[in-house]
Amino acid sequence: MTDPISQDKAAFLAVVKKYEGMHDVSGVLALDPVNGPMIRHWAEAMGDTNPVYTDPEAAARTHFGEVVAPAAMLQVWIMRGMQGGAPANSATGELYKHFTDNGFGSVVATNCEQEYVRPLRLGELVQYDQLIETVSEEKTTGLGTGHFITTLTNIYVDGESGRELVGTHRFRILRYTPHKKKAKAAPPAERPLRPRKVVNKDNQAFWDGVAAGKLLFQKCLDCATPRFPFAPGCNKCASLEWDPVESTGKGVVYSHVTMHYPKFPAFDMPYAVGLIELEEGVRMLGNVLGVAHDRVRIGMPVELEFVTHDAELTVPAFRAVGEN
Amino acid sequence: MTTENLVSRTHAEVSVGDELPPLAIPLTRTLIVATALATRDFQDVHHDPRLAADKGSPDIFMNILTSNGLVGRYITDWAGPETELRKVAIRLGAPNYPGDTMTLTGTVTAKTTAEDGTPLVEIAVVGANKLGNHVTGTVTVKLPEGAEA
Repeated sequence: MTDPISQDKAAFLAVVKKYEGMHDVSGVLALDPVNGPMIRHWAEAMGDTNPVYTDPEAAARTHFGEVVAPAAMLQVWIMRGMQGGAPANSATGELYKHFTDNGFGSVVATNCEQEYVRPLRLGELVQYDQLIETVSEEKTTGLGTGHFITTLTNIYVDGESGRELVGTHRFRILRYTPHKKKAKAAPPAERPLRPRKVVNKDNQAFWDGVAAGKLLFQKCLDCATPRFPFAPGCNKCASLEWDPVESTGKGVVYSHVTMHYPKFPAFDMPYAVGLIELEEGVRMLGNVLGVAHDRVRIGMPVELEFVTHDAELTVPAFRAVGEN
Repeated sequence: MTTENLVSRTHAEVSVGDELPPLAIPLTRTLIVATALATRDFQDVHHDPRLAADKGSPDIFMNILTSNGLVGRYITDWAGPETELRKVAIRLGAPNYPGDTMTLTGTVTAKTTAEDGTPLVEIAVVGANKLGNHVTGTVTVKLPEGAEA
């Protein structure tokens, strides 16, 4: 049994495959003759200082004998510019329309193979014929899903004895539908949880305190220096002996930042984070509540408030005192 | 222009296995836009970041005519102004996004003769950025013959 989508795909492929081997256009004239200003602009942008492209005197001393166009400009002379990629009423134009109408509106070039019969000289007006060589089956790439199209363009200059082939240009492009952005593709997800607390031997006592509704810091048993966050030794005297002490939870904003970015989906952005100086002399980080993030001020009095985000995560935060 | 600038490598001087000095090209946003315009490529993905994003690309990226042009420049920078490019065949991989650097490297892979007897040199070229190989390709050139060593 064939499902409708693969039937549609097969029908589309049959349509576009018909263009394979089709002689597209012939004798299409370039919009401009090979000319110095476009060459100079190209060489400048590319950082190409080869004097045969821009300096008549230097070029005259080479075997070229005169200024020539950079070989790699071959395709530039036949670019349609703002008119778009394919001449109107051409088979390529028609083929591209099939792709655009079927959702393959994006385009990226993947291969370019050029042969140069001879250099192009100033004043020469090139013309070209184009053949659609191949149209691939549907392929999925890093950018999206679509079809590769290979064209062969022969480029000529009118000479005394008819058209003279000056170069060939084989070009492969991908016409594709971009991958949908993940945010759009995924169904609205449940709000992710905040990052988990990391409990270890050093800070176990702190989290035990939180579980009991107490905000604890450490006090050195040897020199009585208070410290936070929890650490094995005293920062002042290196003693390993300490006691947990419960804070009153009263303090002031010592410093603060507002988090705008990156936008963590678990948080209500933007939000204020305060470095709170507790009245016992230790400083602690926490969300600042009860005041707009842009109204938080240094010195603002705050009070501890435990916030439970989910079944497993309760953390201390600080509520501004005297704010509405 | 001094004559030194016109000195070119000769066919006789080049050997299979010769490595070209690397060329690092900083991929500024200006370079990507300026070269797109200089190659008459007005596709929005080469100058408009938002429209590039709509098409599945994180930023604007270098167009293929520029990759082609830079590969050609890399060869003629090395071989000199007498160089005639006969063929440039490239395949694109990792895009050249603004802020990256593409480093071109090359190795002489063959010395051949065209149907009409013209001696040719083939060079394999790779242009790599931090995402991988942006461009891989082969360039065929005709160099001045020079004295056989």
